This record gives sequence, structure tokens and C-alpha cells, in this order.
Amino acid sequence: MPQPATEDLRKCIHCGMCLEACPTYRVSGLETESPRGRIHLMQALLDGRPATPDLTIHLDRCLACRACETACPSAVPYGRLIESTRAMLQERKPANPWLLWLFGHPSRLRRAFGLLSLYERSGLRRLLHRTGVASRLPQRLRMAEGLVPQMRPRFSRDSGGVVMPRAPMRARVGLLTGCVMRESFGDVHDAAAALLSRAGVEVVIPPRQVCCGALHAHGGDLQGARELARTNVMAFSEAAVSAIVVDSAGCGAHMKHYGELLADDPEWADRANLLADKTKDLSEILLPLAGQLRFGPLPLRVTYQDPCHLAHAQGIRAEPRALLRLIPGLELVEMREADRCCGSAGIYNLTQPEFSERVLDLKMADVVATRPQAVVTANPGCMLQLRYGLERVGLDVPVYHLAEVLESSALAGDELRR
Amino acid sequence: MYEYDAGFDRATPALVAAPGTAAETAAVVAACARAEVPLVARGAGTGLAGGAIAPGGVVVSTARLRRILEIDTESRAALVEPGVVNLALADALAPHGLLFGPDPASQRCSTIGGNIGNNAGGPHALRYGSVVQHVLGLELILADGTPCAMGGRAPDRAGYDPTPFVVGAEGTVGIVTKAWLRLLPRPEAVRTFLAFFADVESGAEAATAIIAEGIIPAALEMMDAPTIRAVNAAFEAHLPADAGSLLLVELEGPAEECEARHERIVAICRRGGATDIKAAANEEERALLWKARKLGYPALARLAPNNYLMDGVVPRTKLPETLRQVAVIAERYGLLVANMFHIGDGNLHPTLLFDAAVPGTTEKAIEASALILKHCVEVGGALSGEHGIGVEKNQFMRWVFSDADLDTMHRVRDAFDPSGRMNPGKIFPTDEPPRELPLERLKFRFAEDMWV
Ligand SMILES: Cc1cc2nc3c(=O)[nH]c(=O)nc-3n(C[C@H](O)[C@H](O)[C@H](O)COP(=O)(O)OP(=O)(O)OC[C@H]3O[C@@H](n4cnc5c(N)ncnc54)[C@H](O)[C@@H]3O)c2cc1C
Ligand code: SF4
Ligand code: SF4
Repeated sequence: MPQPATEDLRKCIHCGMCLEACPTYRVSGLETESPRGRIHLMQALLDGRPATPDLTIHLDRCLACRACETACPSAVPYGRLIESTRAMLQERKPANPWLLWLFGHPSRLRRAFGLLSLYERSGLRRLLHRTGVASRLPQRLRMAEGLVPQMRPRFSRDSGGVVMPRAPMRARVGLLTGCVMRESFGDVHDAAAALLSRAGVEVVIPPRQVCCGALHAHGGDLQGARELARTNVMAFSEAAVSAIVVDSAGCGAHMKHYGELLADDPEWADRANLLADKTKDLSEILLPLAGQLRFGPLPLRVTYQDPCHLAHAQGIRAEPRALLRLIPGLELVEMREADRCCGSAGIYNLTQPEFSERVLDLKMADVVATRPQAVVTANPGCMLQLRYGLERVGLDVPVYHLAEVLESSALAGDELRR
Repeated sequence: MYEYDAGFDRATPALVAAPGTAAETAAVVAACARAEVPLVARGAGTGLAGGAIAPGGVVVSTARLRRILEIDTESRAALVEPGVVNLALADALAPHGLLFGPDPASQRCSTIGGNIGNNAGGPHALRYGSVVQHVLGLELILADGTPCAMGGRAPDRAGYDPTPFVVGAEGTVGIVTKAWLRLLPRPEAVRTFLAFFADVESGAEAATAIIAEGIIPAALEMMDAPTIRAVNAAFEAHLPADAGSLLLVELEGPAEECEARHERIVAICRRGGATDIKAAANEEERALLWKARKLGYPALARLAPNNYLMDGVVPRTKLPETLRQVAVIAERYGLLVANMFHIGDGNLHPTLLFDAAVPGTTEKAIEASALILKHCVEVGGALSGEHGIGVEKNQFMRWVFSDADLDTMHRVRDAFDPSGRMNPGKIFPTDEPPRELPLERLKFRFAEDMWV
């Protein structure tokens, strides 16, 4: 049975140095909504305290943003703890099975997004907003409504394929298309592929790949997560690539843990480890290749929001900033605590709308203070959440994925040269 | 989940209240008075002496009262709520060129209310002193729920000023709901550097020599080898792994003066056998050094799953001897000890590292720590430099204070809280007999010259 490891729990010396890093503690001021409180609770549950809803709610409210892990001087592996605790609780009571079901299969998600896009296209969304009905919707619905991706194109190579390098070839990599990304952030994938190709990288999109399974793992469905991981390990090993590029921080963070996820499966463990080692965030791959790109001017004042699963889970903070600074004319204004979660956190904004909004409002105050002309981040969930947040505070500026900004600049650069 | 603070003791409260305003706080306290139940103020719960735990009582958390109400740059004072986090205040003051003196190592999470409760110090206490020197006035909710104000923005006051008494009272006289704090200008220049030594003793002697020469740095901190190992692992501090100890020195003041004092200190350290001296080249390096120092204590958890941190004070001249004694006691009990502390003002924080899963080890650690504290008191020091007495050391109070002393303290406390419901069981020893320390057994086991 999955459960949090005692050695992991014992690492916590309840010093409280993680409290202020925790977004849910920051908005509530309650120990029950803090990493230290949650760790204490996990221990209590492990010791046999019944998992009543009034206790588990505090674990449900955890964003799994892992900011506490960054803050913790004594190296408590909080991410692993919350995941295994959720898996333990899941065995007793499945959480939000419909959401996991939805995200688990491309076809189901496609149908759902089809409906959303109908809602978008039919003008119903605008109507709801104009008549003010939107603000009277119950919170959970309103939140979901605000989060409907303003429909963006599907990925142009949805069914797999290869993007040839447009410069002398330096590498051959695979691209993870994922679930949400391929459906509603296809243009981000296109931008990522174009950038790589400009830098001399051949990009392979294996057709048989599936959702990375991060949402399943975070939700406690480890079985489902393992199934998806195996399928991806298979799909990418067939493609014979030197790296797997991921442009969604959440997926990248999860795939880097495929090894751990499949550690008990002798048939798959080694291959999963190999895949995990090859997994790279787009910014990690691009920065060393940036010399191959010609960035054109992009006069824009932007602020960068660290996706939790990039900053806290993968330790990637410098690369995206370094890339942005290469763009002539672009001004990067740092917000306060850029690596504090925006409240998106996978499907948290749907399962915990109230806390999600409070965390978001705290974030928006810092975003607004930088007076940005655009907000840049590197994860689809954050993009949706930030856009929703900007709408809430009435700041009419776009939210871009790092890849989009870089590609616009690189495109401009190439055209200038021509 | 409010059963703990950062210390060793645990107790389950009956109820937790987290009021959002001073008025709500007063209402909660009044309700407790009517129900005649004990209550315990709590900030962030980073205290190390169990001050914020409440066996069976009501915890009143002031963590939600986190507004900075006013920063008065003219009279250099700030009015804050108790839940304001020390570092958040520092960040808010920086743009005004101001600072709040006390910077407990826990500042990134501990609250002003808790800092006041424990009269916190910090690495820069050497220059700035502890919280009591920096509180101008307070608003307090007394045990019966009535608000009461003392002191204020202006420094001159008439009549009794109970403010300094409330600071350090560990929540036993009332719950602070507002505080006027003294602000200071940021120094013109700051210089931060490290001096490495082959062992703890030579480091300690150099530190004593620096102070003896009449140089008072802004901060003078020591870390020993196990601590260096832990902070290297935790923060990629890249400190030389073979150093036996290091002194972290910070100087503040006019640039020229810093320069001159820097040279003198470097000379003293070299004479004292420093193996290397390294200055922080820029603000980033300085920040990393301070991060390593300030979060060094929890980083020790990387070396062993459990630890017990002490807070004794000794006269500076007794430092080398006391450190030797600490090492001997730890060794006798088979425990690893790490030292990282405010050497400049003789405030030791020996931390015993152990594994509580091994039966009997926790008892050993508690016993060893009692012996170490006893030693501190015997050489003319104190039970606590900054962490407070709480439930951890209340029984040891008798080592220092006579019945008459304690009785006087009691009478002052009673003037504020005749019911004795505010944070009961803290500071004052209870009636149960003080635990016997195996002093005779120990003396016998130590070499004669080791025992003072
Ligand atoms: C890693 C680490 C480093 C530390 N470094 C230092 C250091 O360098 N210097 C130092 O002095 N301490 C240090 N401490 C100890 C601790 O952080 C301080 O004592 C701090 O001031 C406690 O603040 P808190 O908000 O956590 O208070 P709590 O622990 O919640 O409470 C402390 C005491 O204050 C009382 N109290 C809290 N709020 C109020 C209020 N509103 N009104 C009245 N009483 C109140 C409580 O009843 C309790 O007795 C350290 C602790 C840790 C874990
Ligand atoms: S998780 Fe880490 S930082 Fe937080 S209380 Fe535990 S040991 Fe301290
Ligand atoms: S993962 Fe994020 S929300 Fe959860 S306890 Fe840690 S810091 Fe708080």
C-alpha cells in the first residue's frame, strides 16, 4: 500500500522556516494550512488517526507547489510526501475521478474541449460576461468559466511527425505534446518546435505518446500514472532521440520522476530512468543553443512568473530569464516573490476554488505592481490562471508562454536578416 | 496541529482561535476569561522553548494580524500588528533606508509578536541588542479582555513604563495587538568576511581577542565543523570542508571606519592562527553566507534526524572553556554536538544531534543539555540568551533565582493577570521537584580538571 515514508517524515524538525514560503499559509495565517502542519498531519494519519474529511481537507488544500521544499533547510522531500499521502488516502476514497478520467485520454479531452470551444465560439461566454451573469455564477463554476482557455489552435502536428532543422543539424529531440497543451496550446508547441528547428534541432513528435500522468500522480492515482508513464517510455524509446523536450513545466517535472514512479517495476525501471534523465525543459535545451538564434527586437515590458514545477520541482529559474534577456528591447521587471504559486496547481483551481482565488489575488497584487505589458510564464495551467487573474483585476495585458515570446523575436530576427 | 513549536515539547490545545483584528482578539480573550480557561498567545510557532504550546488551553494565534500600519520616517518609528513577519518588516523598511535592529535567525518566518514575547536577539544583537531596546510602545489585551496601551511613538514617557517588562514576558501578561517599534538608519557600509580556524578553540580565542581589543563588530558568529558540513550540503555554501571552525564577522558603519576595523580584525585572526580569511565579494555572496548562518540550525537536521538546541549564555572569557566542557559532556553521552552561535555576546547554541528512534537517546540528550546549561549558570552565565524559558527550562529557574526572586516576579505578573491564565506553566517553575541531575555520577566519570 502506498504511504508516506517514515524517514521522510522524520526529517521535519518543525522549525517553521517553510511557513512564509507556503502560499496557503500566507493567505490563511493558519498552521493547519502550512507545510509543517500538513507534515504533522501525515504523521498522525500514518499513526492511525482516522482520515476524516475535516482533517484531509488540509491536505486537499495543498497546492503541491513544493515551495516549502525549496525553503526547507533540512531537506524534507515534501513533494514525495504529499504524493504518497494522497495515494494512501486515494486507496480509501478516490478523489475527483471524473477529472482524472477526462485528462487520461486524448479523445475524451478533445470532446470536452470541443464543448468548451462551442461555448466560446457561440458567443455564450461573451454574453454571460456582458450581462453580468458570469459574476453571479457560483464560485466553482465561475472559476472554471474564467479558466476556459480562450480557444487557441490545436498543435499542427497533432498526429505525430517530424520538424526538420532549419540550420545545420545539432541534435534530434522528441517533443512531448501532452494533454491540455496539445488541445489548447498548440501554438506554443508550434513555437517551441520552430525555435528548436531554427537552432538546428530536429524535432520528432512520436504519435503514440499520451498525457504524462502528472495530474493522476498528484491526485493520488498512482496506478493510472504508471500506465501512462509506460506508454510514454515506449513511445519515446522508439523515437531514438537524445532528449525529450517539454514545454509544460508540470509535465517536465513529473517525467523527470518516471524512474521513481516505476522503480518497483523491474521490466520498466531502467528504461524509465533513462527517459527521466533525457527529459529537459525547453529553456534548458535552448539556452546553450541560443547562440544559433538571431533575436529581433521586441519592445515589451514583461514580468516573469516562475511555474512552481519549473522553479521548485526542477530548480530552473535562471534559464528562462537568461533567454528573455537575450531579446533586444525587452525589459524584464521582476515581481516580488516571482516563484510563489499563482494558485493554478494542476486542477487545484477547480477542486479548491476559494483558496485558489485567494492565492491568485495575492499573486496579482505583485504582478500589477510591475506595470507589465505582458506576463510571461512557461506552463499552461499558469497561463490560464494568470489570464483569469488579470481579468479579475481588470488589467488588460496578454499572458505569453516563454516559447511564444522567444519565437516572435527569433522570427523577427530571421526576417530582418532576410 | 498547534501541538508544537520549533522546540522539543508537545501539548494538544483544547481550541485554537485565529482572530483577524485586535477587536476580535480582545473578544476571544474576554470569552476565555468568562469561561475561566487558560490561553496562550502564539505567533509563528518558531520558538524553541515550547512557549507557544498550550496543554489543554486555548491557543490565540496572532499570525493573521499581519498589517504594517504606519512607517513614520520622520520620528523613525513603525506601528505594526504582532503577526507581521520580521523579514517582511525589514523588506518594507529597506526602501526608506531604515531597519529594525533585531534580526533573529528565524526572521523569515517568526513574527514581531513572538519576537517581543521572547525578547529575541539575533546575529546583530551584538550591535543592536535585543528586542527590548527597540520597542517604544505596545497595545496589549489583558487577561480579562480589556485593551491597555503603554508607551508610544515618542521616546519620552512619564510615569511607570511597563513596556520593557512586557517584552520577554512570553505572553504571560497579555496579548500584544500592536507595537510601536524603533527604527534605525541603515549603515553606510557593510563588510562581511569569514575567518577559518583549525579548531573551535582557536576560533573562540580569536573572537575573545577581537572584543578584548575594544572592537565591537555588528555581528560575530561561530560555526564548527559539523555545522559547516551541514550548511555546505544544504545551501551549496562552498565553505572549506576541512575547517575546524569559522568566524563570520560583519562590520557596519562609515566606509573608512569599516575598512580600518576590518584590517585590525584580520590581523587579530591571523595572529590567532586563522588558516584563511575570505571576504564576501558582493551582496549575493553576503546573502548566501547569512542564509547559511541563519538557516544553519535546521540544516543540521541533515546530519541526524533529531536534535536538541540550547541557548545558554556565558561570560565571553569563559567561552573556550565552556566549549570544551560541552564537547566533553556530549562525548560522555555518546552524542554528536554542533556549535553555531552568537559568539560575540557569549550566547551559545550547542545542538545535540541524535536519533530518537534509538531507545533512551532522547533522555540522554535532555540530561546532557541540562548539564550543559547548569555549567553555563555555574560559570556566571544565564539559562537563556534569547529563546526564552517556556516549558523547557522553567524548572531550571531555581538554579538562578531564589524563592524571593521568583516571588517578586510572580507578584508583578499577578498585577497584570491575577487569574494566572495567561500562558500558565511557562517561565515559572511548577511545584513538582526539580529533576535530579546525576551530577555526582558525572563528576565521578569526568577527569577531575574537567569539572568546574
Ligand atoms: C531556525 C531558527 C532560528 C532561530 N534563531 C533565533 C535567533 O537568532 N534569535 C532568537 O532570539 N530566537 C531565534 N529563534 C527562536 C524563535 O524564532 C524566536 O524566539 C521568535 O521570536 C519566535 O517568534 P514566533 O513568532 O515564532 O513566536 P512563537 O514561537 O509563536 O511564540 C513565542 C513566545 O511569544 C509569545 N507570543 C507570541 N505572540 C505573542 C503576542 N502577540 N503577544 C504576546 N506574546 C506573544 C508566545 O506565547 C510564546 O511564549 C530561532 C528559531 C528557529 C527555528
Ligand atoms: S518542512 Fe522543513 S522547514 Fe518546514 S518545519 Fe519541517 S524541517 Fe522546518
Ligand atoms: S506544496 Fe505548496 S501549498 Fe503545499 S504545503 Fe508546500 S508550500 Fe504549501
